[in-house]
Amino acid sequence: MAKVVEGLFYSKSHEWVKIEGNKAFVGISDYAQESLGAVVFVDLPSVGDSFSKDEVFGAVESVKAASDLLMPIKGKVTSVNEALLDQPELLNEDPYLNFILEVELEGAPDLSSLMDASTYLKESH
Amino acid sequence: MTPYDKLIFELSKTGRVGYQLDKPLETSFNLADELPINLKRQAQANLPEVSELDVVRHYSNVSRKNHGVETGFYPLGSCTMKYNPKINEEMASLDGFKHIHPLQPEQSTQGSLELYYQTQEMLSEITGMAAFSMNSFAGAQGELAGLMIIKAYHEHQGNTHKTKIIVPDSAHGTNPASAAVCGFDIIEVKSNPDGTVNLKALKEVLSDEVAGIMLTNPNTLGIFEKDILKISKLIHGVGGLLYYDGANLNALLGVARPGDMGFDIIHLNLHKTFSTPHGGGGPGSGPVGVVKKLKDYLPYPAVNQKRGKYVFEKPKHTIGRISGYYGNFSVVLKAYSFIRSLGKENLEQVGRLSVLNANYIKASLQDDYHLPIKKHCMHEVVFDGLKDKSSGVTTLDVAKRMLDFGIHPPTIYFPLVFHQALMIEPVENESKETLDEFIGILKQIAKEAKETPELVKNAPYHTVVRRLDEVKAARNPIVKYKDIV
Amino acid sequence: MFKYFPHTEKDIKDMLEVTKVDSIDALFNGLPTKLGYRYDYNLPRSMSENALRSHFKQLEKKNQPLITFRGGGIYDHYIPSAISEIVRREEFLTSYTPYQPEIAQGTLQYIFEFQSMICELTGMDVSNASMYDGATASAEAMFMATAITKRKKILISEALFDGVKEVIKTYAKYRQIEVIEVPSKEGHLALDLSHLEDIAGLIVQLPNKYGLIEDFSLIAQKIKENKGLMIINSDLQVHSLIKSPREMGADISIGHLQSLGMPMFFGGAHAGFLATTKEHIRKMPGRICGLTNDIDGKRGFVLTLQAREQHIRREKANSNICSNQSLMALWATIYLSLMGKQGLKEVNEQCYKNSHYLEEQLLKLESFKRVYQGFYIKEFVIETTLDRNKLETYLIKKGFLSGIMLEEKQLIFSVTERRTKEEIDQFVCEIARFEHDTLR
Repeated sequence: MAKVVEGLFYSKSHEWVKIEGNKAFVGISDYAQESLGAVVFVDLPSVGDSFSKDEVFGAVESVKAASDLLMPIKGKVTSVNEALLDQPELLNEDPYLNFILEVELEGAPDLSSLMDASTYLKESH
Repeated sequence: MTPYDKLIFELSKTGRVGYQLDKPLETSFNLADELPINLKRQAQANLPEVSELDVVRHYSNVSRKNHGVETGFYPLGSCTMKYNPKINEEMASLDGFKHIHPLQPEQSTQGSLELYYQTQEMLSEITGMAAFSMNSFAGAQGELAGLMIIKAYHEHQGNTHKTKIIVPDSAHGTNPASAAVCGFDIIEVKSNPDGTVNLKALKEVLSDEVAGIMLTNPNTLGIFEKDILKISKLIHGVGGLLYYDGANLNALLGVARPGDMGFDIIHLNLHKTFSTPHGGGGPGSGPVGVVKKLKDYLPYPAVNQKRGKYVFEKPKHTIGRISGYYGNFSVVLKAYSFIRSLGKENLEQVGRLSVLNANYIKASLQDDYHLPIKKHCMHEVVFDGLKDKSSGVTTLDVAKRMLDFGIHPPTIYFPLVFHQALMIEPVENESKETLDEFIGILKQIAKEAKETPELVKNAPYHTVVRRLDEVKAARNPIVKYKDIV
Repeated sequence: MFKYFPHTEKDIKDMLEVTKVDSIDALFNGLPTKLGYRYDYNLPRSMSENALRSHFKQLEKKNQPLITFRGGGIYDHYIPSAISEIVRREEFLTSYTPYQPEIAQGTLQYIFEFQSMICELTGMDVSNASMYDGATASAEAMFMATAITKRKKILISEALFDGVKEVIKTYAKYRQIEVIEVPSKEGHLALDLSHLEDIAGLIVQLPNKYGLIEDFSLIAQKIKENKGLMIINSDLQVHSLIKSPREMGADISIGHLQSLGMPMFFGGAHAGFLATTKEHIRKMPGRICGLTNDIDGKRGFVLTLQAREQHIRREKANSNICSNQSLMALWATIYLSLMGKQGLKEVNEQCYKNSHYLEEQLLKLESFKRVYQGFYIKEFVIETTLDRNKLETYLIKKGFLSGIMLEEKQLIFSVTERRTKEEIDQFVCEIARFEHDTLR
């Protein structure tokens, strides 16, 4: 069964977000990486790009599927995990340790459609 | 016997040649001397240097690593892998068709133009359309042309608010892709468990903004869309057009016509229904046909008949050119030859025999493979993996094990509505013996899956390569010889 | 009974028994009664092979193969005999798309070799497994450029072949892409270098429709400075000697492959190609073959990067393209293998001699005048005071296909390595005769 980590918020499209003050980290859940299979490519945005909630910010590709990544909260990209360019498989190894983006929040984060760990666990199975 | 494993570049030796040209003209004009320095190529192109025998031997050996329709059964659902008659190839080798320049004046190409025109007429009769264009290179392109016609028609009528195309969730990927390329918004409509369009769901998405619906009939699950007349009425009722994806036309030959079901635009796949060879992935041909009111929108140039002569014309509201010249003429020629060879009386048997074959397979394998849809199928049948999945053997494993028995696996993991889909299309050319052999092999594999699952999970064993690492290929694409020297 | 249908009466009886239906008709009982389940076509009856052969011979007679001095993107080049023999091998001819790679290593291998040779000639990092033709490849390159730059304007040279321009415009219309034609001056591209900031790219042709070959390097630089993509549509034949598209600064290289030993065949089936730099590999449409290993460590080939394609991405795919022109890609690969490093160069050298010789002979006649001063290999523009339509009709009667008519008294002639001195001399002789009769 796919893992979840406490303290993170989860979107319906299987991204997670970890809020730290006015910063946040974004990644994909264990369920997502399991469904995709071996990740072969991660399409990352550029530092400085801004995205609103639910906007497509990138994509994850496996041999059999390509999934758009949707922003769980509104923010501006302050760093991207460049290790994923050479080693996309890191997302399979540990999707919670290996974040995809770090963003600076724009205003108070809108957590309304996001789920906590236990709710997400129930919803995705 | 060790399988052949050389690349043509690995046979290369400096100074070898595989060609012989005529002696050059004796003039003082000399390219090497007169080529401007700034246009001269710096880094040499590393093409092979091999003898003619090297080339012939190399590609003969390479070809033996392939399975073709003439090698064995090729039951790929949705692909209609028919026998490619040799007479069609013979007709396509005639010099009088091969060595004709497309830009010759019409009076010197009446033979080719007549062939195009007569093919258009015969396809119109078979499908219930008023006119065809042979200019599209493949089904996907025919589809695109069809959608462009829908858009152009609505725009011309002043209905620019018609921006949506309805696509069933069981549709093949090219359908929404083509609609998106054409600038439409896609509305996915839910299918019933048998893949047919859910009328209630359809009514919910109907609106003034619907430009049309894309359907294939039989649908991608091999089931006839029994409510097609109702669907046609609903779509026409909101001023929309019905588009027919002709991928599954084989089931309908001699049975019914898309035009009579209410379809306004269709595309066909000559490399499926009309026996032209698949060629390893092309060239095919995807002609687009329309009802009378859409004739003026067909691609340009159109081939018409005027006062006993065949001419190129520009339809009044043409969507424009979709090919540099006229599409894949050599492929259309083979389809024409096929239609004339079969003639009326044999074309009318195709649907019946292919549907019989598919239902025979359905009845024979339903004890071993899970049959999600119990009713009569059309020309193809879909199973959802093994009936007994307890050993963890997947459809992929079953497909790989089939390779060991010398048969090409059916289509797998499509349609997406079933998670372990196995789609089998046994075309009308296949005999009961071939089908029985296939059934025997599948029953054997089902038995192996129960008794010795590891055997199936690690198949194939008898192919030149086994379980290729697709992840590695996608992570670090090596796409040319230069990458490996 | 028919030769393609194996079902005997007994077979059908046995199969119906297993299927537990009374008749084949019963299998269609789900169809709406209004449609019925049998259709009676108004079509001619079956033709035996003999009858079909006679019929085709009759059709053939209505075509007139001519000694060709016309180009316009389709050329009468030498076709090595070995190619059609290899290509008609049933393992190549009748096989399907290589989705089951273990039994399609043949197809995948030749695609890999094809991709390799395209990259060699174009200088690019990656090629796909072929496109439908050069015109649609140009349209797909336009889509790549607009997707990568996120800009909606594309520049195209007016010196692209008419067919290519028209296909680009057809495709552009449906994506609301603005297509702007760049004029030519003296047969060469006359690009206004200001206002390039919002351009997705520029599509040029080499040789252009006037047969002229120019160095696009400086223009490519300017386009790239403005973050647009340089797209060069080439006749690959010439790149054995001419600077490669990569050397000229192309980001995307496309073209029509008929000139690589394919019969003219009234315009098809041929193939196109599309190649690009490493940077844009994931934005490329079409199939791509990659090298990998199997479970035993053996070298093998697979279709790769399929997640970008229509059957997975559906409406989010870059393109809807499904098939390629595989067998014609094989044709080109065998041609390039036979001709090799040396052969392509020789073809160009002979085309150069032959076309310049024809031009020289025509300029000796009263009614012909040179038009451009630029460099050309196998196609050139010439101006004449003769009635071009009457000339064309006259020459066809003599078995020759003369040049394409451009605007304003101009003709464009193409002479390949296939034209012998006798043919060229005879051709000029007939033109001289026509001129003489006209001027009398």
